[in-house]
Amino acid sequence: MSSATATPPRAPLAPLATERETHTGRRIVKHTIAYLVLIVFALIYIYPFLIEIATSFKSGADATANPLSLVPSKWTTEESFDKLGDVDFSRWFTNSVVVAIFVTLGRLFFDSLAGYALARLHFVGRRALGGAIIAVMAVPGVVLLIPKYLVLVQLHMFDTYFGMIVPLMADAAGVFIMRQFFISIPVEVEEAARIDGAGTFRTFWSVVLPMARPAVITLTILSFQGSWNEFSYFLVARGSPQLNTLTTGVASLLSGQLGAGNQFPLKLAAALLMTIPTAVVFFVFQRYFIRGASAGSVKG
Amino acid sequence: MATTSSTSTKPPAGPVKRRGGIRGREGMAGWLFVTPVVVILGLFLLLPIIVAIWVSISDWGGKGSPLGANFVGADNYEALLTKPGLSQQNLATSLRNNLYYVILVVPIQTVLALVLASILNGRRLKGKGFFRTAFYFPSVTSSVAIVTVFLFMFTGTGVVNHILGWFGIHGPNWFNDPRGVLRLILSALHIIDQDSPPGWLVNNHFLGMSWYDWLSGPSVAMCALIILAVWTTGGTFMLMFLAALQDVPDDVLEAARVDGATRWQTFRSVTLPALRPTLFLVITLGLIGTWQVFDQIYLTGGGGPAKTTLTPAFLSYQAAFSDFKWGQGAAISFILFAIIIALTIIQRLVMRERKKLPRRRRFGTVPPVGTGSETVAAATAGGSR
Repeated sequence: MSSATATPPRAPLAPLATERETHTGRRIVKHTIAYLVLIVFALIYIYPFLIEIATSFKSGADATANPLSLVPSKWTTEESFDKLGDVDFSRWFTNSVVVAIFVTLGRLFFDSLAGYALARLHFVGRRALGGAIIAVMAVPGVVLLIPKYLVLVQLHMFDTYFGMIVPLMADAAGVFIMRQFFISIPVEVEEAARIDGAGTFRTFWSVVLPMARPAVITLTILSFQGSWNEFSYFLVARGSPQLNTLTTGVASLLSGQLGAGNQFPLKLAAALLMTIPTAVVFFVFQRYFIRGASAGSVKG
Repeated sequence: MATTSSTSTKPPAGPVKRRGGIRGREGMAGWLFVTPVVVILGLFLLLPIIVAIWVSISDWGGKGSPLGANFVGADNYEALLTKPGLSQQNLATSLRNNLYYVILVVPIQTVLALVLASILNGRRLKGKGFFRTAFYFPSVTSSVAIVTVFLFMFTGTGVVNHILGWFGIHGPNWFNDPRGVLRLILSALHIIDQDSPPGWLVNNHFLGMSWYDWLSGPSVAMCALIILAVWTTGGTFMLMFLAALQDVPDDVLEAARVDGATRWQTFRSVTLPALRPTLFLVITLGLIGTWQVFDQIYLTGGGGPAKTTLTPAFLSYQAAFSDFKWGQGAAISFILFAIIIALTIIQRLVMRERKKLPRRRRFGTVPPVGTGSETVAAATAGGSR
């Protein structure tokens, strides 16, 4: 409201011609400074990714000698992509895909079910449960690494796909996002469905969930990104190399478990390939990312 | 599925009892709907906490069921907090490192995010979307990928030192340099002599570490990690500020301008007060997040060089998984937990205070405090992804 009335009447404020001139002069200077600052920071933010790409096409010697250059002195993938086969990269990639798909599907289904129940259904203990879920969100993830490992071992789920996927299939933040959205949907729609004889699940599944599309997309993206980038949990949930995901796999490259030399072209090529899926999802669904930004967690 | 069929066959039972019936079935359905989440969170979040409490007060050595271990009371905590020894030294070192990390990362990233957001909020700026994307992108990429790039950029002959070389600066060997920065500065200013540090600093101890060591400052290696953290998280916080800035009513800004306020005055007296809830949120989220730093530490060599990047989160992992001191590892987790929970509680108390306070702002429209996203962000602060 206010913005509609306030945007145009900027000009009438400068009463004198001379004053207006100095104003525009200053404005140009300020604008230039603003752009300069932004461009410098944009370089600081983008250049590392460009280096990542360029180095993936360099030889190790070239990467060490000319780390800054974005054009390899000789284009080669011999020391980068060609070597990915030696480190079982495709296996890591497959594992990451499998984990991300199951975790995302699980979170979508379970989080929205629970979010709907907490938003709409009347059942004993609803308030307490809602409070508990908010409380659970405050538990910092890293302090639970040891106990999560202990529980996985006790349940005979350590070092299995099952143990890597199932514990991630529900998350409190996702439940909360869905709940908030369902609260905002008018109740009348559901009541109409119920009067038409639809059961609770049916109402949820065919009437309410389709209306929650924006929230569902946000949750899908956050879940995919979260499970694709998950590192510390997979560090303690598995031990065998066959279960490496991209994160733990590339981490094993960094700790230098293979070969001589610094292997930077290989490491950066692996890092690049692992960034591409998130990048694609990010650029396609950017506005949902931005919506979920404050809902997602904070990287340390 | 079961609910679908059972409920959808019921309706013929009639309009008479419909209301009570729906509520009754709703109770069942409600619990059915939340069961998966309750089971998963219960088994993999609540149960671990309980097991960890037990392990932290037992002598469990990693073999067999923890339930068979002996109760040792506060032994593990004493070894870490009061008993002189390696465990206490390690904890003190990790707390010192993380403290410097927090003290530097939180203010720098907050100011950077605020500055970038304020510039991006300019009305006539072109290419807003591009810049916003550029600054935010690192926040969504994997920490592993980012650390890989940073390891490459911060080698002795790497990108950063190349650029420093343009200005005639001979850059350090970042990730391998354990020298404390504060000490380097103080000795460069001839305030202390590194070869013979003042006795009162060396002879006084806290948590088994001399004051001199407490005051070393972050190591050069830690500084590289600080830069990494600011670079990565700045974008997220910038978005939060940007959203808040867009809620600052234009007419109020206009009014300030009509009254003859300069840009800086407008920013200080109008924009900044309106941003206070967000500013507070960003700072506490930053505090909570920086105390949990783990991935970067693991990936850059597990606390090296000379333990100067060791943090409590990593120390607890190391104690358990490398040194098999499970009790101590769990105890460190709880000490860290206490620090983070204390920060979270302070944050929630202050947020609640803010809601209760009468709206003191001079200008009418106030951005609603505690909107959905803010609450989620506040609650997710723990970051249990």
